[in-house]
Amino acid sequence: MPINETLSRYSDWLYTTAAAIYVVALMFTLVEQGFGAKGRLATERAKQRARELVGAGGPPVVTTEQPAEVGKPERIGRMGAALLVLGALLQGTAIVLRGLAVHRAPWGNMYEYGMAVTFITVVTWLVVIRKFPVRHLTGFLLLPVVILMFINGTLLYTIAAPVQPALQSYWLVIHVSAAIIGSGVFLVPGVASVLYLFRAAYEKDSAKFTRFASKLPEADVLDRIAYRTTIFAFPVFTFGVLCGAVWAESAWGRFWGWDPKETVAFIAWVVYAAYLHSRATAGWRGARAAVINIVGFAAMIFNLFFVNLVTAGLHSYAGVG
Amino acid sequence: MTTTEAPPEAPRGPRTSSRAFAFLRNTWRGLTSMRTALVLLFLLALAALPGALLPQRKLNAPKVDEYIAAHGWWGTLLDRLEFYDVYSSVWFSAIYLLLMISLVGCLTPRSFEYVKAMRAKPVLTPRNLSRMPHYRRGTTTLTLDEINQRLGGWRRVVRQEDGSISAERGFLRETGNLLFHFSMLGLIVFFALGKLFGYEGQVIVQADGSQFCNSGIYNYDSFNAGLRVDGTDLNPFCVKVKDFTAHYTEAGQPDYYHSNVEYQSGEDLQTGTWRPYNLEVNSPLRTAGDRVYLLGHGYSPKFTVTFPDGSTRTLDTQWRPVDPTTLLSEGATKFDQPGITDDTQRRTRQLAVTGLLAPTAFMHGSVLTSSAPGLDQPAVAVDVLRGDLGLDSGRGQSVFEVDQSLIDDGRLKKVARQNLKVGEELKLDDGTKIRFDGVGQWVSLQVSHDPTQGFVLGFAITMFLGLGASLLVKRRRLWVRVTPGTEDEPGTVIEVAGLARTDQAGYGEEFNRVSERLVRSQKG
Repeated sequence: MPINETLSRYSDWLYTTAAAIYVVALMFTLVEQGFGAKGRLATERAKQRARELVGAGGPPVVTTEQPAEVGKPERIGRMGAALLVLGALLQGTAIVLRGLAVHRAPWGNMYEYGMAVTFITVVTWLVVIRKFPVRHLTGFLLLPVVILMFINGTLLYTIAAPVQPALQSYWLVIHVSAAIIGSGVFLVPGVASVLYLFRAAYEKDSAKFTRFASKLPEADVLDRIAYRTTIFAFPVFTFGVLCGAVWAESAWGRFWGWDPKETVAFIAWVVYAAYLHSRATAGWRGARAAVINIVGFAAMIFNLFFVNLVTAGLHSYAGVG
Repeated sequence: MTTTEAPPEAPRGPRTSSRAFAFLRNTWRGLTSMRTALVLLFLLALAALPGALLPQRKLNAPKVDEYIAAHGWWGTLLDRLEFYDVYSSVWFSAIYLLLMISLVGCLTPRSFEYVKAMRAKPVLTPRNLSRMPHYRRGTTTLTLDEINQRLGGWRRVVRQEDGSISAERGFLRETGNLLFHFSMLGLIVFFALGKLFGYEGQVIVQADGSQFCNSGIYNYDSFNAGLRVDGTDLNPFCVKVKDFTAHYTEAGQPDYYHSNVEYQSGEDLQTGTWRPYNLEVNSPLRTAGDRVYLLGHGYSPKFTVTFPDGSTRTLDTQWRPVDPTTLLSEGATKFDQPGITDDTQRRTRQLAVTGLLAPTAFMHGSVLTSSAPGLDQPAVAVDVLRGDLGLDSGRGQSVFEVDQSLIDDGRLKKVARQNLKVGEELKLDDGTKIRFDGVGQWVSLQVSHDPTQGFVLGFAITMFLGLGASLLVKRRRLWVRVTPGTEDEPGTVIEVAGLARTDQAGYGEEFNRVSERLVRSQKG
């Protein structure tokens, strides 16, 4: 079937618009982080919330989501979050339109993959800020998202086209979407772990990173966000690797052949496995675990960029020529 | 006591042996500790990395040779340290063997503990429940037995002596944990067995009804065998390649490939029955316990040589694509003039037609290139070489090229250079005519044999299920105690407490829900 160029053009516009909206949302939430009471009082709020959840002793406390007094920075932060939702909707539509334009799952080359990964990251973050009072951190998450989207939309942009025969399989939908969800979610614990390191250093010695880290939530909250998102992403990523092996068996003649992509996926998997083990090992909890999580995410990024663009392997579908 | 007595010999024996025992025990403890496992996991990740950065012999042997040649002593050193065969190297194997031993050492005691824990009763109710991380107090009209009934799904014990219930949940977590790790062990063992007993062979077959039989290594162009495969006992089957079709988009991008094949295996070999199969990229032919894959394709130009004596020879040797997008191909079709018995004379008369084949010809002046991969307007640009092709030298040579050293030695001379379209011919000085008849197609097939991959898949599935359970199920405890009310608190006072045994479990919501059902809050 021919490529629908009109739809693909709309998809491109929506992608660019979503990226622009994320930039605005980034700035808005940075305002909240920098000047908002929420940023300043995040520690207190997190403590209070933890108390509500833990020691709900006597009468149940009615949790009020918003503090009674809403300052200007908070209002701007809320606008930022609303913009984030809007951006996510536009980006989701961009993905759907791209799929309709090419009549296949819209993740057949690196541009489409990057578009879907950043979308998953944003959606994951929206879920996280519903569960944890960390909306003011949105900027830190959006920074890598916007950078990725920029690189993706400029250097890696690929015009809409059908995929080569090796990719024409229902495994494209299963294997690649698992990889996308895994990678997209893994960005969140990556960012949370970086923030954790700052905050943990500050909590140990309040002279360190005082201005920056005092406005971050408690280290414990960041650790919990990182852990919860990792234990969601890890099985999904595992599933993606296993499905990749099943697909490779029918496409390349073997289920595992140490292709560069397979190798680095294996490395990332081992690193995240180490992260999970480190949390059960005395002396490795906390900062070390956070570092391992960051290394794991670095491996994912390495796998996306270096392996796709520099090494020549069977996974060379980037479509970047 | 004038003589200094030598210390008695006897006790030394047991002491050394107990020291040796202590050493072994400490080594074992060290090896099976979580910290060691963590370090080994890192080493494994680190050791796997060169495999992604350096060319690997298993994947691309020529590239390895190129790399070694380009990097001098450094390249040679890496070779001696097995950096081009990372995954079969001593150091990589050592790491994962140690990791497996560490895993077994960790899992064995855990399995015993698991069995014990499955049989054990939930722990005693603590005296002071309000000290637990989750706690709730209220009044209820329910009796202890009614509360007990409402805690369906929890493993629980009613302790009438102090009016309490202790309950536990989430044993599936440890079940999943053990299942995951044991499955992973099984997966690795069967993966290794598959490497020992499996083989992979590649062969190029003309797509004109030619056939290939899996009867011995000599039928393959290349063959990689496991250590326990000597190539004598391959599963017998034959494949006949009827045709090959590639479809391209207007932009020249491949859309689909497929090849009609016929195959016979098992009883069909006796009866001579051929069964049809549509071989495609993502659907290999599975027969006789082996798989046959369509890996690649290319063109084979057909040349007819008419020698001065009137005898003719026709060959359609496969040429190899040099440009994957336009399928511009190169190759060498090698002719031996029939009817010459004298070897010396024969070696001056051998011919090689070498050069480029463009499936869709496009001329840059007189330079032939290909503008599309489809077979639209084929043309060749050939050099004809005459002399000694070295076919009798006993040295193996590539089917795609002539031995350059023979040209350098002057034993092989270029006698013509011309561009030919289908049906055109060129004439050599001695009256030999070479006609370009047309273009056939070939497919490259891979035959794979891995007797254990079914087991590997099975273990992968149980591994995944175990992983899911071990990460998503939370182990948690719940205690309920009812005490008769006082004057201030009429009715029955109920205390509910909870403790999550997994870190960052997020037990709060569930605890609130469960305790909500049991406690009628005072002001409610």
